[in-house]
Amino acid sequence: MIKGRRVFSSGIMAGVLALGSSMAANVVRADVEIEYWQYFFEARVTAMDTLISNFEAANPGITVKTNQFPYADYRTKVAAAIPAGEGPDVVQLFYGWLNDYVDAELIQPLPADIFPVETIDKEFFPMVQAMKRDDQYMALPTAVRSLALFYNQRLFDEAGIEAPPANLDELVEIAKKLTKRDGAGNLTQVGITSGMTAQDHHWWREVLVRQFGGKPYSDDLKSIAYDSEAGLKALEWYVALDQEHGVTDSTFMDEPQAAFKAGRAGMHIDGSFRIGALDETRGLKWGVAELPVGPDGTQSNYSSYWVNAVTSKAKGEKFDAALKFMAYLTSDEAMQIWLDTVGELPAKPSAALTEKNQSDPIYGPFVKGLGYAQSTVFVDESGQRQLMTDMVSRIELEGQSIPESLSEAAAGEQAILDDFYK
Amino acid sequence: MSATAEELKVRASAQSLLKGSSAPVKRSWGQYVRWILLFAGGVLMVMPLAYMMSTSFKYSFEVYNLNLIPEEPTLENYEYVLRDGRFMQWFVNSLIVATLTTISSVLFDSLVGYTLCKFRFRGRYIVFIAILSTLMIPTEMLVIPWYLMAQQFGWLDTTWGIMFPGLMTAFGVFLMKQFFETVPDDFIEAARIDGLNELQIWWIVAMPLVKPALAALAIFVFLGNWTAFIWPLIVTNSQEMYTLPVGLTTFSVEQAVEWELVMTGAAISVLPTLVVFLIFQRFIIRGVVMAGLKG
Amino acid sequence: MSFYEKLSVRQKQTVWAWGFLAIPIIFYVVVRFYPTVNAIILSFQEWNLLGARTWAGFDNYITLYHDPVFWQVFRNTFVYLLIGTPLSLVLAFIIAYHLDRVRFLHGTIRALYFLPFMTSAVAMAWVWRWFYQPVPIGLFNNMLATFGISQIAFLNSTTNALPAVLAPAIWAGLGFQIIIFMAGLRAIPKTYYEAAHIDGVSGWTIMSEITLPLLKPTIVFLVVFSSIGFLRIFDHVFNMTTNNPGGPLNSTKPLVLMIYDTAFNSFDMGYAAAQTVVLFVILLIVSLLQLRLLQDR
Repeated sequence: MIKGRRVFSSGIMAGVLALGSSMAANVVRADVEIEYWQYFFEARVTAMDTLISNFEAANPGITVKTNQFPYADYRTKVAAAIPAGEGPDVVQLFYGWLNDYVDAELIQPLPADIFPVETIDKEFFPMVQAMKRDDQYMALPTAVRSLALFYNQRLFDEAGIEAPPANLDELVEIAKKLTKRDGAGNLTQVGITSGMTAQDHHWWREVLVRQFGGKPYSDDLKSIAYDSEAGLKALEWYVALDQEHGVTDSTFMDEPQAAFKAGRAGMHIDGSFRIGALDETRGLKWGVAELPVGPDGTQSNYSSYWVNAVTSKAKGEKFDAALKFMAYLTSDEAMQIWLDTVGELPAKPSAALTEKNQSDPIYGPFVKGLGYAQSTVFVDESGQRQLMTDMVSRIELEGQSIPESLSEAAAGEQAILDDFYK
Repeated sequence: MSATAEELKVRASAQSLLKGSSAPVKRSWGQYVRWILLFAGGVLMVMPLAYMMSTSFKYSFEVYNLNLIPEEPTLENYEYVLRDGRFMQWFVNSLIVATLTTISSVLFDSLVGYTLCKFRFRGRYIVFIAILSTLMIPTEMLVIPWYLMAQQFGWLDTTWGIMFPGLMTAFGVFLMKQFFETVPDDFIEAARIDGLNELQIWWIVAMPLVKPALAALAIFVFLGNWTAFIWPLIVTNSQEMYTLPVGLTTFSVEQAVEWELVMTGAAISVLPTLVVFLIFQRFIIRGVVMAGLKG
Repeated sequence: MSFYEKLSVRQKQTVWAWGFLAIPIIFYVVVRFYPTVNAIILSFQEWNLLGARTWAGFDNYITLYHDPVFWQVFRNTFVYLLIGTPLSLVLAFIIAYHLDRVRFLHGTIRALYFLPFMTSAVAMAWVWRWFYQPVPIGLFNNMLATFGISQIAFLNSTTNALPAVLAPAIWAGLGFQIIIFMAGLRAIPKTYYEAAHIDGVSGWTIMSEITLPLLKPTIVFLVVFSSIGFLRIFDHVFNMTTNNPGGPLNSTKPLVLMIYDTAFNSFDMGYAAAQTVVLFVILLIVSLLQLRLLQDR
């Protein structure tokens, strides 16, 4: 641990010195190659290729090598590679994993002289402040995303539905009209997709719980607050979609987005990152709406982002090059390219909340959602998601009562929080 | 050179297996029923493969139909999958890894098996038990130390890195030791008297007598490395170094649930071994029998 | 060479033997034993891949003992073993026994049973995963639907998921076991059966008094071989449950998947190492027990 710190601080010294000299004299230095890792998602790869060629053109002498991994193996790869001195110098991580990586000392803080804390606080969306540790930023996003309701226009027309649901009651009614079953009573088309393993755990935690009058976590983030009347109502409402109304099934077509993509789901709650993939799907006519409001009209949304961070592997001149690359990745230019290619929204309000973006039929609902969005401060994203998944599974597969399952999930998540904040 | 009685027995058993039943079979109703049931069972066994193949030739709109023969067969899926060239690369990687580990295993396993079988020396039993005991060590236990080792020596993301844990197999040593038991000590003594050194005796006298066992071992090692998953997943970093199973997982997750593409990928990764089996069926079955009877 | 010449035949053999064994011994020490020791040591330490390893005594094992997920996983692992091994062996024996008595298209039928053995677990896991989907996409449920039978939740069920994941593993290994059984059956000398026929012994007696006892070496081999396979099941589970690994509710999670999870999702190397040691001990005990039981009888 101590050794790590020493290396890291000398790294910064060297970094600052080298950065200063290269900026001042613009001397031609030996070529530096840094490696950048992200998970595989076609639009992201395309966007990153564009960003890299721009960056390389502006910074002769630095080359960036990229590598992509399937999402399922991504964390493993990063965790195994960096300590071994292999792998990326700059890495893309889900913001919810940050704590894991900081704890494991896989990433280094961004020096404040190049990434001034106050400026970042001011210019980026406030949720980005979750990336701060001891008054230093550990990582920064290029883009942020929020949730919205995708709907299948053809199925809406077929069922004579004119507008997407404005509130939760309408959502249920519309979903009922969109659901189809075969002679044996098997679902062949769902009104709305569902699945805690996909985006629903965010929707439940930050949107539904709040819309039923509660909040997911205490203000100091250290304790669970959803094991309450409101949390119970939210869970009951969510479970009823399947168990009472029969308008969904979490295993329908293996994955929620697959069902929507295949035109077998009327509605689908997902992030803005899905836009690119849906655009490419032939014969699918779809629209986007803001998430339905709660019983008392409460609006809420969940926003998340992927951040870029400099790993503990980057040292010396690679560290300098990595910082330069980071600076470019968080520039306005990069944000615009990312929006155009991936469909994710710029991480700065000044760039995101423009008139043009707000009135865009596709981006509009997401951009508006950002205005009232919350970000969960995860301490163990996959562990916390697993608890949500298991919470619903216990009710649906084992017949556990809803309050009991809710309390069990809350106790489990509290244990994770306690373990982290102890 | 005449083989021992025991070896003749093994050979006879393997030979008779290739010829079909040796028992006189009466034509009776029971016999017809037996044949029909067995045949039906066999057809059932290959159904998953048949659906995999059939789906790989279907357009997406037809994927969820139950028909085995595509109404509108298409090569579009194969074109899509092969277009980016990754599958070819993964195929070549798997081929290289599996071939080299097979050669290495066959040579070293038989050398060790021979030594432990035919030499009398102190520590022989301990060495044998020690090697055999590694059969019980799960790969998962070794993966982290292996990774650090590979990193230290710069083997990460290299063909050698994928191969090195599999260069020898304890199973092979066990198998070969059992098989060398069938080589009469007289032969070896005779060769010694003729002035051959021990290496020559092993290579010239003993090895040709256990060719079928070597073939059996080669089949197992090759198949094992062709389908290996955990270690290649961890030791490779770049897509260019993936083996077929790792590539297929990547590809399937990427495609989410475009099942016709997933099936095409699966077909490409299992077709080579299926074709090899259909061509060398007799040979492979005999190898498996040899391994099973003696192993 | 003169030193070598002076050695007795026995001593010369010893020199040759260790010469032949030199490279393999280095290999086994460096690639098998050293990592094993390393992993065992690690199981008494705390390590997150980076930083220093710190001693933790038996902490990892104590945590394991108190972890309800571990006991669920422990149970699952044995369910894989206790369903997988007997079921596949009995099926394989029945098929082998009858296939042995069939001549017409014998080779073809045998090939049909053997083909799945030549496939890769990863590829077949994805094929079966598709088969298991609910209506409208899953092959099995679509078949049930055409017969008007209501669909079965194969993978999304705490009771069905484990057998569903196990099925392709059994399916893939069956051909191998059939071939081995058939070879074992052929190796039994015909004279035994002829003598029994002359004595007018019943079919069942022949089976229990002649066939099965003489098949014992084959059975020992297959039981040990397949038990190790089922205790180490991973590829199938990993690829069939990527959305909710080992789920639902950990009902399909085998020990190896838990190890993978602990090591590479929680970066808890010491804890993962402790789990690998437990797996190691289980494999050892189960194999030794089987060898003992089956060989003594």
